[in-house]
Amino acid sequence: MSDATLETPVASPNRSNANDSHDERLANIQGQLDKKPGRFARLPIVRDLKIAVGWQKTMLVVGLVLCAFFILVAIFAPLIAPYGYAQTKSADGVAFPTQAAPSAEHIWGTTVGGFDVFSRVVWGARTAVIAIVVAVVLSLFAGVFLGLVSGYFGGWLDRVLVVICDAIYAFPSLLLAILMAIMISGGQSSLWGGLLASGISITVVYIPQYFRTIRSEVVRMKDSAFIESSKVVGASSWRIMFRHLLRNSTRTLPVILTLNSSEAILTLAGLGFLGFGIEPTAAAEWGYDLNRSVSDVTAGIWWTAVFPGLAIVLIVLGITLVGESLNDLADPRLRARKSAGEVVGSIEDTSVDADESSKISASEEAEATPDVAIALATGNDAALAEAVDAAETDATERPATDGFAAEEFETQQDPEIAVVSRNVPDDTEGEER
Amino acid sequence: MSAAVPVSPADSGQTAIPKARKNHLSAGFFKFVLCRFLLIIPTVFILVTVVFFVMRATGDPISAAMGGRLTQAELQKRIHAAGYDRPLIVQYWEYLKGLLHGDLGTTLTDNQPVVNILLHYGAATLELAILALIVALIVGIGLGRVAARHRDHAADAGIRCFAILCYATPVFFLGLVLKLVFSVLLDWLPSSGRASLVSELKFSNLNDPTGLYIVDAIQLGDMSVLLDVLKHAILPALALGLLTAGVFVRLVRTNVISTFNTGYIEAARSRGVSEKRLMKKHAWKPSLIPIITVMGMQVAMLLAGAVLTETTFEWKGLGFMLSNYLKARDFVAVQGIVILIALIVSVVNFIVDVVSALVDPRVRY
Repeated sequence: MSDATLETPVASPNRSNANDSHDERLANIQGQLDKKPGRFARLPIVRDLKIAVGWQKTMLVVGLVLCAFFILVAIFAPLIAPYGYAQTKSADGVAFPTQAAPSAEHIWGTTVGGFDVFSRVVWGARTAVIAIVVAVVLSLFAGVFLGLVSGYFGGWLDRVLVVICDAIYAFPSLLLAILMAIMISGGQSSLWGGLLASGISITVVYIPQYFRTIRSEVVRMKDSAFIESSKVVGASSWRIMFRHLLRNSTRTLPVILTLNSSEAILTLAGLGFLGFGIEPTAAAEWGYDLNRSVSDVTAGIWWTAVFPGLAIVLIVLGITLVGESLNDLADPRLRARKSAGEVVGSIEDTSVDADESSKISASEEAEATPDVAIALATGNDAALAEAVDAAETDATERPATDGFAAEEFETQQDPEIAVVSRNVPDDTEGEER
Repeated sequence: MSAAVPVSPADSGQTAIPKARKNHLSAGFFKFVLCRFLLIIPTVFILVTVVFFVMRATGDPISAAMGGRLTQAELQKRIHAAGYDRPLIVQYWEYLKGLLHGDLGTTLTDNQPVVNILLHYGAATLELAILALIVALIVGIGLGRVAARHRDHAADAGIRCFAILCYATPVFFLGLVLKLVFSVLLDWLPSSGRASLVSELKFSNLNDPTGLYIVDAIQLGDMSVLLDVLKHAILPALALGLLTAGVFVRLVRTNVISTFNTGYIEAARSRGVSEKRLMKKHAWKPSLIPIITVMGMQVAMLLAGAVLTETTFEWKGLGFMLSNYLKARDFVAVQGIVILIALIVSVVNFIVDVVSALVDPRVRY
């Protein structure tokens, strides 16, 4: 349905109407951009903090607090940790006891190699944060660039890249990361060498996700009127790609970014656990510590396993909570999902034109009211409460958030499935055929 | 259509709907199945190529395996004898030719045909994966349904937290915690391996062992062996299963809730159908369809998880061996195992696509 309006813009009777409201909206946005605080408030997490209510806000806040905590620990690791991450002797040259139970000297005990567990866990936060930054930044740039080029220019390059990315995407990411880690570092690693090797091996795994998301958005948008008009005005391909297409296709990126960060931690730990990660003398890494603690556990030595493990769980939990909340809050196209059959319609409808999204919100309001009626008719109290609630949310929240973030009552998505939504590329490929 | 993408029910073209509904097993359907099947080939081919060149980029297998133990001249002689000093393209071509004949080579470290290794250890991984999937389905579907029914109440919040925790906990850490609690502190279950020595000995008497220990134990008809095998399997299956269960919980919950929001459920409700019956007769089955779609992705996750789980529990399957062969830089064995995994993932994705096309008439083909 919206395919038709996209391809034949002139034929649509309400196109001029649409352009008017589009201009109005542009003016609106321009006005908001002129004000500095407005721009700040439009940043992903800040905006979401404002939108969030109830338990969703709790989730987001808890996640942010956990993330902030680990970032602080990473920054101030030298101040917090009593010993170095590879230190096995105290300052006066006395070797640490091995596998010692938690005590005043070593509050979380020592490992089989004589490392202080507390210090390793604290320094590990630094490794984890650096690995996330390296992995996410690299895969973001590479994936976004490839996605833009592939989606915009199309042709054989596009087809080849899609097939390769699909093949990589289908393959267990950990195995790929192991192969890459062996290829890059070949076993030996310094601090930055090891970190880069892990970061790059994780990167290779996540490029396809960014690639797919950006590509599908670009393919969807590249025939729309505003791109055609910039071509008519004489904008170069690069300008169109980076000024027009890129800015319009980044909406889902914060969510993918957070989810990939948590996966990056798990992959890094998995690499370390299997013995393909960073050397213990180069940096503290939780996965490696867990690997060494496997035999401890059978002997009843719990402290070498529990603390690094909990650190992984907490940091991943923090990032996942932020990611889930962003997913719930930030993306109107995912939120509007009602049933499988409606997804594509709502995706296309809400994201292209202002008039399209206003149409959608109107239809949603129309839906909300019958809910009340049905609930009244059936005498179902719970349903009535929910429907009224929903109608109220519609009424109160939509204007405040510019038609973006209303309808909080149906927002739960599985992030992995929804965000890196496997069905997104397909609807674009239908057009190519 | 892309190889790895299970066709989602969502992207049916408008025109495809009536055609597909009319007749499932139309010519179009078979064409779709055939095309989809042929797409397995490029996927596996790309992965084989990537793995081959990545492995070669790390050096040749012989100096990796024997380096330090042999003199330089001896090393060169062996490398030459094995043909590893020829151009990469030639080696690649020969490897592909071998593959087409079903010959995956022999391992460098223990000189066994790779095919034998795949068959022998593959059974162990298969057993673990099946048990884990059972755990994941029971926990995931059960809890997901409960969460959807008590939506936004305490039970729902608890189950959602549990699901997120399942995702956030690395499978090897969960494995270690389970070990610590159930085999060290409580001493209920064995901490590693697939069976005790006594059972292993009994298995060696079998004429025709399947390698699936549970099946073998039933063949033996020995209750104590079966119990022993099951006891060994509980913790690994739980660790690996919970990893997947987290995804299932969220998926089932979301789908049940969104199914309850559709028009036909509202219509049924307005006719006075009870909530219980709505769930049982109207909403339940349709909301399970997306699980089939996701299953393909889960198999990849399960296989990667199996590598970690098997290492944690010394479960001698493909993952455990893969990790060992990687450490020994036995590239022939690694390539064989990786190709098998690529094949499994591709075939499962193919089956998933076909099944979801069969189950859901809206799928475009």
